[in-house]
Amino acid sequence: MRERRSNVLSESSAIKPQSEASAPRLLFESGSPGRSGFYWPAEREKGQTTIPGEFLREDIPGFPELGELEVLRHFTRLSHRNFAIESQFYPLGSCTMKYNPKVNEVVARLPGFAQIHPLAPIEILQGAMELLYDLERILIEISGMDCISLQPSAGAQGELTGLMLIRACLTEKGNPRKKIIVPDTAHGTNPASSTLCGYDVVQISSTARGVIDTATVAKVMAEDVAAIMITNPNTLGLFERDIEAIAAVVHQKGGLVYLDGANLNALMGVAKPGHMGVDVLHMNLHKTFSTPHGGGGPGAGPVAVKEGLSEYLPVPRIVKQNDKFELLENYPKSIGRVRSFFGNFGILVRAYTYIISLGREGLEESSRMALLNANYIRKKLEKGYQIAYGEPCMHECIFTDRLQHKYGVNTLDIAKRLLDYGFHPPTIYFPLVVSGALMIEPTETETPEMLDAFVEAMLAIAQEAKENPDVVKNAPHSTPVKRLDEARAARKPILRWDPGQGGAE
Amino acid sequence: MLRTIGIGSIEELYQHIPETLRNRAKIELPGGLTELAVRRRLAALASNNATATDWSFFLGGGIYHHFIPSAVDTVISRSEFATSYTPYQPEVSQGTLQALFEYQTLICQLTGMEISNAGVYDGASAAAEAVLMSRRIQPMSRRRVLMSRALHPHYRAVITTYLRNLDDMQLDEIPFDASGATDVTELTRKLDHQSMCVIVGYPNFFGIIENLAPIQTACAGKGAQLVIVTPEPLALGLLKPPGAWGADIAVGEGQSLGVPMTLGGPGFGFFASQKKFVRSLPGRLVGETVDTEGRRGFVLTLATREQHIRREKATSNICTSQTLCTLASTVFMSLLGKSGIRRLAEVNVSRAHDARDRLVSRPQLEACFSGAFFNEFVLRARNLESLLQRCAAARIVPGVPLGQWYPELDDCLLICVTEMNEREEIERLVGVIGDQTSV
Repeated sequence: MRERRSNVLSESSAIKPQSEASAPRLLFESGSPGRSGFYWPAEREKGQTTIPGEFLREDIPGFPELGELEVLRHFTRLSHRNFAIESQFYPLGSCTMKYNPKVNEVVARLPGFAQIHPLAPIEILQGAMELLYDLERILIEISGMDCISLQPSAGAQGELTGLMLIRACLTEKGNPRKKIIVPDTAHGTNPASSTLCGYDVVQISSTARGVIDTATVAKVMAEDVAAIMITNPNTLGLFERDIEAIAAVVHQKGGLVYLDGANLNALMGVAKPGHMGVDVLHMNLHKTFSTPHGGGGPGAGPVAVKEGLSEYLPVPRIVKQNDKFELLENYPKSIGRVRSFFGNFGILVRAYTYIISLGREGLEESSRMALLNANYIRKKLEKGYQIAYGEPCMHECIFTDRLQHKYGVNTLDIAKRLLDYGFHPPTIYFPLVVSGALMIEPTETETPEMLDAFVEAMLAIAQEAKENPDVVKNAPHSTPVKRLDEARAARKPILRWDPGQGGAE
Repeated sequence: MLRTIGIGSIEELYQHIPETLRNRAKIELPGGLTELAVRRRLAALASNNATATDWSFFLGGGIYHHFIPSAVDTVISRSEFATSYTPYQPEVSQGTLQALFEYQTLICQLTGMEISNAGVYDGASAAAEAVLMSRRIQPMSRRRVLMSRALHPHYRAVITTYLRNLDDMQLDEIPFDASGATDVTELTRKLDHQSMCVIVGYPNFFGIIENLAPIQTACAGKGAQLVIVTPEPLALGLLKPPGAWGADIAVGEGQSLGVPMTLGGPGFGFFASQKKFVRSLPGRLVGETVDTEGRRGFVLTLATREQHIRREKATSNICTSQTLCTLASTVFMSLLGKSGIRRLAEVNVSRAHDARDRLVSRPQLEACFSGAFFNEFVLRARNLESLLQRCAAARIVPGVPLGQWYPELDDCLLICVTEMNEREEIERLVGVIGDQTSV
């Protein structure tokens, strides 16, 4: 409806106003020479040394020339063109889009956290070190592991770090080995991280029940396999119940077990990875521990290990001696650094705040409610969609577009139509083993009313697919832009504004 | 809800999980806290850190204390930006996508490069990713990396970590000379037809503005790529940009452009290159296109390089772009604009050069290097330990001692002066250093 009105407006209006409905101009297409949103008078000392002219540039061509209000209006208007957790239900599977509490933001902005420098003497950073040290202990307790590094910047960097630890450990034992076993349900980062760490990938298939079985692993497990990467619960929302037996098979041949902790939100108080035979795991603090996704980062991906791998962890490591916190670099077997300074400290502060707010019962209740909500949706949506796997799910459930095929409607259409109903779609076409997957993770922070409203919209779309498939196939109808030509974007990439190349038309 | 699902209790949903796991799953942590108690606990921890407002910091070394206009936090606090996901559904993510497109453009303009990705973790991992990108571009006969020893020590450490597991790679360090810049004679001597890339800081870790002309000539002569790393991109408001020096890849840390120091993270790594290398680029890219009605819109593009499509054949495993931090820098650069970024860079030069002139006039201190610098410089102290103690007593951190990374510089201090260091602060520093009686 809104979209139709906006069309009328833009077609009938000769002046093309910068209204809510029309696309905002780019920063570079507005403003006026000499304008700036920043005031600072010139400063120059007499007789002071300076930089030779050969090192200097002219003004930066094309750089913005805008006032403060112009800049604010621009970004406020852009923000209106986003869906977000605080405005819409956002059930992206495997992404854990739970509410991001406001208190996290308030404390992360305290000058004692935001205005501290990583190269200041450690004696004047004791509060920050205590927080990091406490958070390490807490995450070790939640995961059931022995040691941890908070340095990795994100889940994928945590994976890479974890694989480096495995490689360092096996190298020390005489042979880094050549391969990593990765199930077909794995996140794409698992094989990508394996390659980055110098390993070849052996992909194994999951069973008809959606899990991996011990026999399949035993068949490919050999002396040249360094590790298996398992996601538990896996990306189908199913618990890998044979994980202990699988770990035993891998260990017996001298390999190690890596757990992708992306779905830890299902496990708190339910089962600890450290008890499953896992040697290394990463956790995504921006998922389970509520730090905001920020439109694609920053996150944090700590890596926890069993005792035998601790000496390989990144440096520096924080130790407590006589009630003082110190940084130790002297771990000769360490893999070294994976990033500068201490990792994404601001994110670690937020995760810590979330954890101490909820406490033991709160964390355990989060996982229970996440399961309840996912199973509620699973049961209710069966009326209109084909479920991928019948059994009870953990924190997310997977449906397919099979029942909609005969009307020419597919998963992408369903996802786009959901936008018209005011919901962010689930993760689509992932995991790859399910054709036309719709992967729904409601999280624990949604009310039953919201779940019902979502189910109602999904069932209405199933009905539309039958009766009026075109309305689904041509969706979305109410968004600021309609379906975008992604093929064109990839064929002739325009990756920046450039007045010379018509990129700004 | 339980009735709908057809169960009597939530526990039934867990029945398929082995009992041996369930029985030991209890989390031994304290109970939950009220919001008030949480804020008090965090405020207590925060108060046990010295901030740049309570103390005088002359600290840089990869993280910089710069003024951040109020409008920056206003924008990034908007929940539409902060609580959205990676923009996989472009129809309802045009806000984030357009901002990222603008960010990519700003980074191209600032660095003088043709293309930029949407951001990576930090400057150090950006440098490591740059080396890996060069490895994808260069033939297998070229696997030798020449890395300046004047590159940030953390960046060198991360590059070392990333390359250690790739059997074909060889990593050599190039020393620095008396000016504090990469030793071009030594670099030229080491460059050969096995050399894959040369990686140098600009300004380098000592704050020195490297003369990249002879380095570029040497690289070009031997067919090696030139990777330029900028941990302090405010300098590019004034300095000739990497693109103009002939860089193949230009990366750096973006924190200094509108992101608080926050103990060194999160910031973001910026990553720029030449158009012809676009398919080898790591990370997210946003491109312009049109919708079915011909209206301009933006999408994630060239995803066939990325892990979720290409899996083990991807250019990188990265699947974040530190978006909220790159958004902060986009707002920061928009506010400063053409005149503001140059002015702020000039103010940094002016204050830092003034401070150095005053400090070297003290008998306890002397300049360590002769090269031109931006807002950081290295001084040699007669008695560094006592100087640090006198400063600490006056709540001043005068700089970063370099001995931890460079044994030959163990009496040297890397000093950074920005627009946040007022004249009186510099006076006070000069005074404390000159006053030997207060030990």
